[in-house]
Amino acid sequence: MAEIRLEGVAHSYDGGKTYALNPITMTWEDGKAYALLGPSGCGKTTLLNIISGLLKPSEGKVFIDGKDVTDVITDNRNIAQVFQFPVLYDTMSVRKNLEFPLKNRKVSREKITERVNEIAELLGIENDLDSKPSKLRSDLQQIVSLGRGLVREDVSAILFDEPLTVIDQNFKWTLRNRLKRLHVATGVTVVYVTHDQTEALTFADEVLVMDKGSLVQAGTAESLFLEPQHEFVGYFIGSPGMNFLDVEAKSSLLTHNGKEIGKAAKAGLNGSHRFGVRPEFLIPSTKSGLEFKVDRIEDRGVFKLVHLSNDDFKFIAKTEESYEAEVGGKATFSFDPKRAFVYDVNQMAVSTVSPSSEGGN
Amino acid sequence: MDAKRKNNKAWFLVLPVVFVVAFTAIIPLMAVANYSLQDIQGADNRIFVGLDFFKRVATDPNIQDAFARNLTLSMQVLLIQIPLGIFLARLMPKSGWKASAALVVVAIPLIIPWNVVGTTWRIFTRSDIGLGGVLVNKFTDYNLSESTFDAWVTILVMDTWHWTPLVTLLVYAGLRSIPQAYYQAAAIDGASAMAVFRFVELPKLKRVLMIALLLRFMDSFMMYTEPFVVTGGGPGSSTQTLSILLTTIAIGQFDIGVAGAFSLMYFLFIQIFSFLFFTVLTLDERPGATKVTPKDKRKLREEKEEKPVNSKLKKVLK
Ligand SMILES: Nc1ncnc2c1ncn2[C@@H]1O[C@H](COP(=O)(O)OP(=O)(O)O)[C@@H](O)[C@H]1O
Ligand SMILES: [Mg+2]
Repeated sequence: MAEIRLEGVAHSYDGGKTYALNPITMTWEDGKAYALLGPSGCGKTTLLNIISGLLKPSEGKVFIDGKDVTDVITDNRNIAQVFQFPVLYDTMSVRKNLEFPLKNRKVSREKITERVNEIAELLGIENDLDSKPSKLRSDLQQIVSLGRGLVREDVSAILFDEPLTVIDQNFKWTLRNRLKRLHVATGVTVVYVTHDQTEALTFADEVLVMDKGSLVQAGTAESLFLEPQHEFVGYFIGSPGMNFLDVEAKSSLLTHNGKEIGKAAKAGLNGSHRFGVRPEFLIPSTKSGLEFKVDRIEDRGVFKLVHLSNDDFKFIAKTEESYEAEVGGKATFSFDPKRAFVYDVNQMAVSTVSPSSEGGN
Repeated sequence: MDAKRKNNKAWFLVLPVVFVVAFTAIIPLMAVANYSLQDIQGADNRIFVGLDFFKRVATDPNIQDAFARNLTLSMQVLLIQIPLGIFLARLMPKSGWKASAALVVVAIPLIIPWNVVGTTWRIFTRSDIGLGGVLVNKFTDYNLSESTFDAWVTILVMDTWHWTPLVTLLVYAGLRSIPQAYYQAAAIDGASAMAVFRFVELPKLKRVLMIALLLRFMDSFMMYTEPFVVTGGGPGSSTQTLSILLTTIAIGQFDIGVAGAFSLMYFLFIQIFSFLFFTVLTLDERPGATKVTPKDKRKLREEKEEKPVNSKLKKVLK
C-alpha cells in the first residue's frame, strides 16, 4: 500500500509533436478508490501505463511513497494492472494463470493455493480452474485476467483499465460490487479506468475526469455533478449533459444576441464566454425568466425531459414527473443561481450566474 | 422437404481446378506409377511385374543408406535452423529503418538460385584458393573432397546459411503479430525473460513454427542441387542425398522401373510424414469447446445471479 505522486508527468508518443498526456501533477492517496473517467483516446491508458512503469513518461517524475521510481521497471514497482481485453497464457490452465504472478515472486506453495482459491471463488470461476483459457467464453477469459491482477496480496495499487468492457451488463454489476467490496476489505489503492460515468460514479471515492490528455476536474461524484469546473465535465457527466450557450459579457451582464440571460456573480466580466446550466437546474417559473416554446416532452417515468427552443437557442430541462405543459405552447424557465455557470475561453468556470429578473433589476 | 433440398451445383465451379491439377500432378504421377509396375524393355515389349520394383527399392542397401543419411541430415537441419532462426528473429530490430535494413540483409540468401549457392560454396570452400577453405585450413585440416566429416559439415553449414533466413523471417513475422498487451501483462506479472519466451512467445509462434518446420523438413529431405554441385555426393556416397541417388538411377543407369517405384515411395513418405506431423501438432486445436452452445448460454444466465460467497470470504468482505 502506498501513496503515488505524479510531478509534471506528460507523455508524447511521437517525440514531442503531439502530447497524448499533458503535464499532470497530483497525488493518489493511499487506500482510496479512484475512477478515471474520459472518452476513448483521452490518455487514460497512457496514464495508467506510466504509473505501472510499462511506459516511461517523456516528462516529469513518478514517486511511490516519496521514492522516485520514474526509472524503476514495472517488476520492481509492485503494482497490479488489469487490461481492457483478456490477456492470458494460452498453454497454462486457468489455475496456472492465476498462480503465475505469485510463482514469479516466490510466494510459498500453501499461500499460492490459498490465494488462488480465494480469488477464484470471489470471481465465481472455481469450477473452471482446470480448463485451458482458450476453451472459455471471452467474458470468463476476462474474469481470469482480472483474477491475475487481484491475486497478489501486498501490492501498492491495482490499476483496472476498463476491465469490464467485454462483460455482460448484468454480471458487470455483480463484479463491480465485488471489486468494490474487495477494495473496502483490503484497503488497497485502486484506480479504475472507464468511459462509463455510472460505473465511475458508483465505484469511486474520487472521480478524475480527463479530456484530450488533460485532467480537467477531480472530485466526488456529487461535486462533479453540482459544480462542473470545466465545460467538458458538464457535457460528459449527467444525462443529458449540460445546456450551453455562447454569451457576451459586459460588466458581468451576460447576453445572447442582445437578449439578457443572467448576471455573473463575479464582478467585471467582459468578452466572449459560455453560459452553462444542467437540465436538472432549469426550473419552471411562473414569474420572470427565459421564454421558450415547448417542442416536445419526453416522459421518462420518474422525471420528464422538456425540449425547449426559442428564436436563438435550444435547451433541455429535466423536470418533476408532475410537470405539465402544452406542446407548442409557451413556457418560462428560470435557473438555480448556485448551479448555473459561466465559462471562459479555456472552458474553465469563472463564476456562477444568477437569473436576471424582468427589466434588468 | 423439397424446399430444403440443397443446391449442389456449386461443385461444378471446382471443375477447372480439378482439370488443371489433373494435368500438372495426377497424370504425370500416374505415368510414374505406370513405369513402376512394369518392366519396359522396348516400345512394344513390356512385362507387368507387380510390386517387384518396390521390393527392390525397399531392400536396396544403397537406397536404405541414402534414406538414413537424408533423414539424419533433415533432423540436424531442423535442430540447428529452427532454434537459430528463432534466436536471430528475436535479435532483429522491431521497427524503423533498422528493421527494414535487417529484413533485406536476412532475406538475401533466400533469393539466390540453388545452383549459384552451390557454385559459390564450391569455390568458397576450396582448400587451395577458397576464402573459407583456406581460412579453416589455418586452424585445422580441411578438405571436403577427402574427408567425409568435412563434406558433411560443409553441406550442413551451407544449408543453414541458405535457409535459416526463411525460419527467421517467418518467426519475425510471428513475433511482430503478438499484441503488446501480452508483454505488458508479463511485465506486470513479474515474468523473467525466459518465462516471456516460454509462456508468451513460443505458444504464439506455434503456428508459424509448424510451417517453418514442415517447409524445412520437406526442402531438406529433397535437397539436391547444392550437395550435387559442392560435393557431387561424395566423398564416396557420404553426402549423397535421396534426390541425388534417384537421379543417378533414373538418368545415369536409366533404370526407369526402379526409379519410378523409388519416386512414388519418396513422394509418399514426405506426404505421410508431413501429414502426421501436422496432425499431431494441431491435436489440441480440433473444433469444439470454444463455441457458445445453448447449454453455455443457460450457464451464463445462471451465473448472472449473485452466487453465495463462502464463509471465509464473507469474513474478509464484511
Ligand atoms: N503506442 C502508441 N503509439 C502511438 N500513439 C499512441 C499509443 N498508444 C496510445 N496512443 C495515442 O495516445 C492517445 C491516448 O491513448 P490512450 O491512452 O490509449 O487513450 P484511452 O485509454 O483514454 O482510450 C490516443 O490519441 C492514441 O491514439
Ligand atoms: Mg484505453
